[in-house]
Amino acid sequence: MTTPTLDHPTFKLVKDAFPGKKFLATEFRGQSTLIVEPADLHEVMVFLKSDPRADYCFLSDVSGVDYLNYPAEMPGRFAVHYNLICFNRDDRFFVKTFVNPSLPTDGIVPDPTLVVDSVCDLWAGAEWMEREVFDMFGIRFRNHPDLRRILMWEEYPAHPLRKDYPLRGRGERDQYKVVDRTSG
Amino acid sequence: MPYTLKPDQGFDTDVEQTGYLKQHVDTGDRWVLNFGPQHPATHTTLRLVLELDGERVARCTPHIGYLHSGFEKLAEHLDYNQWVTVASRMNYLSPIANDICWHHAVETLFGIDLTPRCKVLRTIIAELARIQDHLLCVGAACLDLGAFTGFLYGFNPREKIYDICDYISGQRYHSDWTRVGGLMQDLPDEETFKRMIKNFLHADLTPAIKDMEGLVLRNRIFLDRTRGIGILSKEDAIAWSTTGPCARASGVRRDLRKDAPYLCYADNWDGQGAEAVKFSVPVCEEGDVLARFLVRLEEIKQSIKIIDQLIDNIPGGPIDTFADAKMTKPRKTDVYGSIEGLIQHFQLIMSNRGWKAPIAEAYGANETANGELGYFIVSDGGARAWRVKARPPSFINYSLMQKLTEGHMIADVVAIIGSLNIVAAELDR
Repeated sequence: MTTPTLDHPTFKLVKDAFPGKKFLATEFRGQSTLIVEPADLHEVMVFLKSDPRADYCFLSDVSGVDYLNYPAEMPGRFAVHYNLICFNRDDRFFVKTFVNPSLPTDGIVPDPTLVVDSVCDLWAGAEWMEREVFDMFGIRFRNHPDLRRILMWEEYPAHPLRKDYPLRGRGERDQYKVVDRTSG
Repeated sequence: MPYTLKPDQGFDTDVEQTGYLKQHVDTGDRWVLNFGPQHPATHTTLRLVLELDGERVARCTPHIGYLHSGFEKLAEHLDYNQWVTVASRMNYLSPIANDICWHHAVETLFGIDLTPRCKVLRTIIAELARIQDHLLCVGAACLDLGAFTGFLYGFNPREKIYDICDYISGQRYHSDWTRVGGLMQDLPDEETFKRMIKNFLHADLTPAIKDMEGLVLRNRIFLDRTRGIGILSKEDAIAWSTTGPCARASGVRRDLRKDAPYLCYADNWDGQGAEAVKFSVPVCEEGDVLARFLVRLEEIKQSIKIIDQLIDNIPGGPIDTFADAKMTKPRKTDVYGSIEGLIQHFQLIMSNRGWKAPIAEAYGANETANGELGYFIVSDGGARAWRVKARPPSFINYSLMQKLTEGHMIADVVAIIGSLNIVAAELDR
């Protein structure tokens, strides 16, 4: 595996703007990713959006990743991955933050450590993307205007894209009762 | 059990406190209409809970997930070639564009550069897919607004695109035509392919576009129903992560084909200094339903221009990158005819072998008919992706629905859904 070239100008900008904060950085095939602590996430995002030298006006996507038993060492189990674009420079930049669970991850009990600040106040379009991450991974977003599950129904007993959720066997259709007009 | 038109207390409205919605004022006359999940004008399975004040929408709450079938979970259990059959079922208005985008992302991860012939063929087919999608979107909009003729005028030429897909891949609908580093097979006969495309573009599509424009653009009813409806400002389009024709109709000058070029949209695509294909990106400033349809109609014409530039200049040579290396599946004739081909085939197919992917993550995106379709792939070095996150343009454009419909008449809801071109299979995955 090649060593990453960390020459993206935004790395330096962020480092200079937040002295004393801990950042990690990585790069692969020209795509640069900044890894921030969950506590610093919102502050860094405000900087990336509003600073004229960074100017990331567009949030393209938010995704969750579960690194349970991943072959490479990762700073945490769950990652939330933000995909930002600066229109003026046609520049795509990725920001990532890692959180660790404190409860067993096979249910839907709210986990106090699986919480990340919402970026809905910066990019309104993050609302549904964060709802999807919450639905699929159970990562909650602080200050989200309307954090409900989006694809699965509210009572669904798991967050299905977690790695400890099997492809088959749980949540199959025949385990639910049929509701029709006669069931009143 | 009999049910009344006026829903009683227990009705599931899920009224939420979203900041941008106007404060709920109870006039006592409000009633709730459940729109969908099965309704002809929702195109597929999606549900809106509309809170109506007479015929005016006071609040609109979209509920999605009815077609959720775990595409992203499946991606963790199917290899890089197999999942194309699933990706192709996302936006089924232009299935082959999903194939091309998925393998674009995989090739970004693997660092594969395609052969010029493969790039040209993929570009031509990607533009055909764009035409296919826009024709249905504009046609179905006519249908939703009560003009059945417009729908048929859009649907007829689409049939010819299916014939072309059938010819190149053997499947009309879900072609599953791309493979890692190449295509499923070369063209059966290049002259026939060229003739089919040219016939389609100039004998079928051009007159059909003219007919559709004639039906729509000077049609008083259509204009009254679409002009000034569902206006999206440029600032909102950017804040709500809108891409594609919906964003460009609001004045956002952004198209990945120009801004992050790939395939033949990039300069020097054949490694010998070939120029990028020439086309322009139509942009409207109005941001209403009509503007979205106008942008789409204009994009069809630009796609014709792109294909015309490429169709007579399809380079020769192989369609797979470095066919002797370990990334692409060998041709069937090699599998059956040579020991090396057979071994390579087994190396990729056996469940304990497969691709040696880098342990890394990469994002690849294409400008498809609805906007930026991207795949974020996390790889653990094995034959299957560790995690695939699709960035479906429908999902992200649809989050605008609440905002766009509020204050409009109930009949306009249908026009707005049509103009956003929501495909529920892509929405829910």
